[in-house]
Amino acid sequence: MSMNEREGRALLTVIVLLAVLAAGCEHPPVETVQRGYRGVGMEGVFNPRRLEDMVAANMPPAASPPAPAAGPKASEIYQNVHILGDLSVAEFTRLMAAITAWVSPEQGCTYCHDAANFADDSLYTKKVARIMLAMTQRTNEDWQAHVGKTGVTCYTCHRGQPVPAEVWATDPGPRHAKGIAPAQQNIASPTVASASLPYDPLTPFLEQDYDIRVISESALPQGSRKSIKQTEWTYGLMMHFSDSLGVNCTHCHNSRSFFAWDQSPPERTKAWHAIRQVREMNNVFINSTSDILPDTRKGPLGDPLKVSCKTCHQGAYKPLYGAQMLRDYPSLAKLSGAAKQAKTPASN
Amino acid sequence: MAEYQNIFTRVQVRAPADPGVPIGVEDYFRVGSSRFSYWAGKFGDAQIGPIYLGATGVLSLVFGFLAFEIIGLNMWASVNWDPIEFVRQLPWLALEPPPPEYGLRIPPLHDGGWWLMAGFFLTASILLWWLRTYNRAKALGMGTHMAWAFAAAIWLYLVLGFIRPLLMGSWSEAVPFGIFPHLDWTAAFSIRYGNLFYNPFHMLSIVFLYGSTLLFAMHGATVLAVSRYGGDREIDQIADRGTASERAALFWRWTMGFNATMESIHRWALWFAVLTVITGGIGILLTGTVVDNWYLWAVKHGVAPAYPDINAVPVQDPTLMGGGQ
Repeated sequence: MSMNEREGRALLTVIVLLAVLAAGCEHPPVETVQRGYRGVGMEGVFNPRRLEDMVAANMPPAASPPAPAAGPKASEIYQNVHILGDLSVAEFTRLMAAITAWVSPEQGCTYCHDAANFADDSLYTKKVARIMLAMTQRTNEDWQAHVGKTGVTCYTCHRGQPVPAEVWATDPGPRHAKGIAPAQQNIASPTVASASLPYDPLTPFLEQDYDIRVISESALPQGSRKSIKQTEWTYGLMMHFSDSLGVNCTHCHNSRSFFAWDQSPPERTKAWHAIRQVREMNNVFINSTSDILPDTRKGPLGDPLKVSCKTCHQGAYKPLYGAQMLRDYPSLAKLSGAAKQAKTPASN
Repeated sequence: MAEYQNIFTRVQVRAPADPGVPIGVEDYFRVGSSRFSYWAGKFGDAQIGPIYLGATGVLSLVFGFLAFEIIGLNMWASVNWDPIEFVRQLPWLALEPPPPEYGLRIPPLHDGGWWLMAGFFLTASILLWWLRTYNRAKALGMGTHMAWAFAAAIWLYLVLGFIRPLLMGSWSEAVPFGIFPHLDWTAAFSIRYGNLFYNPFHMLSIVFLYGSTLLFAMHGATVLAVSRYGGDREIDQIADRGTASERAALFWRWTMGFNATMESIHRWALWFAVLTVITGGIGILLTGTVVDNWYLWAVKHGVAPAYPDINAVPVQDPTLMGGGQ
């Protein structure tokens, strides 16, 4: 092969490689929806082809026909009913059947219950389910600033699986050589939508309550020592929000000034409450299951699998695109039975 | 019929390679033989080499190689020396500056020390390469315009990685070495300081950057358009204006009322290019040291306009409203 042919082939190879790289991009057209004052870029960007698939994947299951409220109460007929005892037996069994369909459709009742004695608490899954019921009721009654009247059911997260698809645990990061300190970032992590930002912004912000705000509130320096590295952690959390809800920054922020509340869309307030709600879910409810969970339900560092934005939203700006599932299961909408005494922090 | 053009030349002349003017004892530094490349000839001169390295060139390459190796080996170590992960994750990998707690102290090697060392070697390499461009220009009896243009870029590099971190009192303020990480750093920098687009020096830098591309296209198109009248011999046309210059000048005077000259257009281009990085460097230098939130600064000085509220009741900071839950 002559020198010229070799060079020509090298050039061709480069062009082909570039074309292959470009093939990884989403192809246009995308749709933009104006969400603010004209001409200032306050718009949502959607890929209509992906949106079609997303809507199909986020359809709620049909509700079972309502059960009569009359008749004896569950607590009078069954033993060891802590939370749902005030329901009629018909309502109670309807809800139990729904929960089975939502959480363990393949495993059936015995995923949580001892087949010989349904009242028995020996399976860890039953004890966890009780905590999850309290968490669901707490969410629907006390966190309406985030979930509104739409609320959540088991299905919002579980979608027919015993462990929801999108859960997380503290990420120890990739294995690295002993001689260097891990930067806790710079790896393609799905948690932050494959950015090179810190790969676990969930532990400091959605379990612990580290300060998310990094932007200076004064034009001139007045002693703020918030660093760029710290900003990258906040940025990582925001990437998680964006990816979990399938929205861009302007869903909650006016990007000319990310910090200015008076220019933000009202969704930002919901997100603010959501952060506090998810922190409570993880600390008060999820982490309280730590002692009863087997290791297979824990992360690599031994902490329980926890809730993030993506656990419920799963890529939709409203979980299940706002389907009103809770309306058909009103017993999940209010704290009841032992859940009322559940250790929940007072409103502050 | 063969024709000669300024770019995408269809005719390639093959003659004995031209080694350049004799430079006496320093000839020793001119290394490598010459060869001809058909594809290089498509875009410029087909002759490749020889290259003049010299002491500064050799040292620059050595230091540059050291920096490259330190960065690459740290990246590889961060994926536990796994060659497949190294290739897969390469665009994401980085050598990060030290964490903020070290301030300007020398951090341990494993926790930012390697970054400091890579930065030192890279800076030494760049400064030696600058010296080389200066010396080679002098040796050829040229002006030193190229060296000073390069110095303008070095100014921005030094502000980002050295001068601003010094003023802020923390190495952690500097840029990581990495492909995506330095881009994420840039976005985080703008977020932290309240939107860099409201920084007037950033605005100027953008004006000069986009202006440079516009001037480049205007000048290139003009010269190609009049090359049929000898306009491609720009240096001749500067001193001895011919019909090519006259036509090019008339074209711009008729279309926009003003024309540069065959000489001044090159000053326009040079200054637009160097001002991109000079103003950019000033903008970075002022960020965090003199101004902490560029959006608020712009509001204070009437730069940022106000737009009508989009919500009937403007959203308020929940922490200022008793917090809710």
